[in-house]
Amino acid sequence: MVSFLSHLFNGISLGSVYAIIALGYSMVYGIAKMLNFAHGDVIMVGAYVCFSALQYWHLPPIVGVLISIVLCTVLGMLIERLAYKPLRQSTSLAVLITAIGVSYLLQNLALLIWGANNKVFTSIVPFDALRLFGGELVISGESIATVVCGVAIMIGLNAFVRRTKMGKSMRAVSEDKNAAELMGINVNRTISMTFAIGSALAAVAGVLLCSTYPTLTPTTGSMPGIKAFTAAVFGGIGSIPGAMLGGVLLGVIEILGKAYISTELGDALVFAVLIIVLLFKPSGLLGKPVREKV
Amino acid sequence: MSMKKKTFLMTAVTFAVVIAAFIICQVLIENKLMSRALRGQLIPICCYIVMAVSLNLTVGISGELSLGHAGFMSIGAFSGIVLAAWLKARFPELSDLARLLMAIVCGGLFSGVAGVLIGVPVLRLRGDYLAIVTLAFGEIIRNILNLVYFSLEGATLHASFNQPVLPGKFVYNGPAGAQGVTKIATFEVGFALVLFTLLVVFNLVNSRSGRAIKAIRDNRIAAESVGINVTKYKMMAFVISAVLAGMAGALFGLNYSTLQASKFNVDASIQVLVFVVLGGLGSILGSVISATVLYVLPEMLREFAQYRMLIYAVILILVMVLGNNPTLRGIVNRVGESLRGKNRKGDKAA
Repeated sequence: MVSFLSHLFNGISLGSVYAIIALGYSMVYGIAKMLNFAHGDVIMVGAYVCFSALQYWHLPPIVGVLISIVLCTVLGMLIERLAYKPLRQSTSLAVLITAIGVSYLLQNLALLIWGANNKVFTSIVPFDALRLFGGELVISGESIATVVCGVAIMIGLNAFVRRTKMGKSMRAVSEDKNAAELMGINVNRTISMTFAIGSALAAVAGVLLCSTYPTLTPTTGSMPGIKAFTAAVFGGIGSIPGAMLGGVLLGVIEILGKAYISTELGDALVFAVLIIVLLFKPSGLLGKPVREKV
Repeated sequence: MSMKKKTFLMTAVTFAVVIAAFIICQVLIENKLMSRALRGQLIPICCYIVMAVSLNLTVGISGELSLGHAGFMSIGAFSGIVLAAWLKARFPELSDLARLLMAIVCGGLFSGVAGVLIGVPVLRLRGDYLAIVTLAFGEIIRNILNLVYFSLEGATLHASFNQPVLPGKFVYNGPAGAQGVTKIATFEVGFALVLFTLLVVFNLVNSRSGRAIKAIRDNRIAAESVGINVTKYKMMAFVISAVLAGMAGALFGLNYSTLQASKFNVDASIQVLVFVVLGGLGSILGSVISATVLYVLPEMLREFAQYRMLIYAVILILVMVLGNNPTLRGIVNRVGESLRGKNRKGDKAA
């Protein structure tokens, strides 16, 4: 029972990381209608920047995180401006392949800058693990921090999208880009802003992910990126609570699957769940069904 | 030039290029002018040509973005390896060539079955969703292959799932992959497989079915409304593509003494996709050339190993961004038109 609870908490914690990444994915997909394959690699860049700030420049953790957030935000906007904006009128295949190209580019730049050897990320979470049931159930500080961050980000983002003017224009652009433009919304700025927010979240996710799983390599981000997209689709793409729900469920399924079925099958299980959900509910758990227009 | 003449010319040119390349390679090998490194790559090049052409069938001609093509290759590779090992134990009198051919057929069959199983759910989805689900299937195949074990005890084949305890000698050992494979793949068979693939794909593309497939790609709703069975034709393209990938996989697998499922990951699928995109979507000759060049090039640039993927990435982005630039496109179109205009004048003069 205790071991089950401990796996469950690990799952929720991993799921919260997926959820934070998925929020970025989901927003970008909702607004730019593109699968940003490079999103996972922005996570990796975020983690590397924070790692460098702590390890080489000996800055306090909070400054490291802030630098990483700022750099990733700029990186995200730059990628959008240089690689995706010129392709806004092109087919989704062209955009997707460009995104794959950006993903390769980031991975190989990281390989050149930081080398192929694994880096060991030191956790930035300052508080100790929580011990329950007379020390039998240990919930690490990283897990708690991740879950708290995840929930805070979701609430904050939800409020941002619902209450602010920028949020309103984001919703408008995601619904109908042309109509939004006619209403005087600056579509380019809105899309750019979306990438900025998504990338900032990716930086946070990268730091949290590597605090829990400390091995850092140039490909650290790709698998979590893919799973986060899975989570976004699972929860209903474009929906903020959906991304959170999808992320947490996916994290729990993965950890429990690895613990009770087979270590090898954890990932396969995640993808199998995605396929099943898409077959029966193509718009995801909390997504709105889209009608096809001729 | 009429449409029919044009497609015939394209087919003839593609075959001519491939056959000429084969003859040149043979001459170079006979006269010992080819480096050992390049000679070792001939079979993988054939495999990747088949992979690229078959993926082009899914992505370029059918318009379905698949990110799990390497999964089919791995199914073909490992079923071929296991069959070849079993045949050797059971029928020692069979020649290597016969075993190789049977392994290739077996690889194609297994991969085709997987293609049907995957195609049924996947082809109901569209666009990016389809991409992510094919990717998911590729990963599932890889994960499952890490849990499968095959061993040979005399001529009896044992198999197990998630239980690495089997009597006899392992042929396929879960995460450790296939070991002690007898390398029976030959360049001649590779070449034959490329010809076979071209024959199948060209025949399909220029047939009634091929036109239906392209109609669905260009406008699914319009195609559906003139009575084209969308699911049937999508499945046809997808499964044929899977069968060809499985055959390429079997040839590929029997060219190495050891092989792990981890070699067939997302990156492998994406690599083939890059071949297809840079060769030109829908262009078969383009796929053949780009698969060859892009497979050989990185090996030639061994010293720049660090930069080669970086260069790759930059080229990929530039090709996509510039290729879709309206101004550049306009220029290319105008140049193309004026060239064609000249041809037309030439035709008249003749």
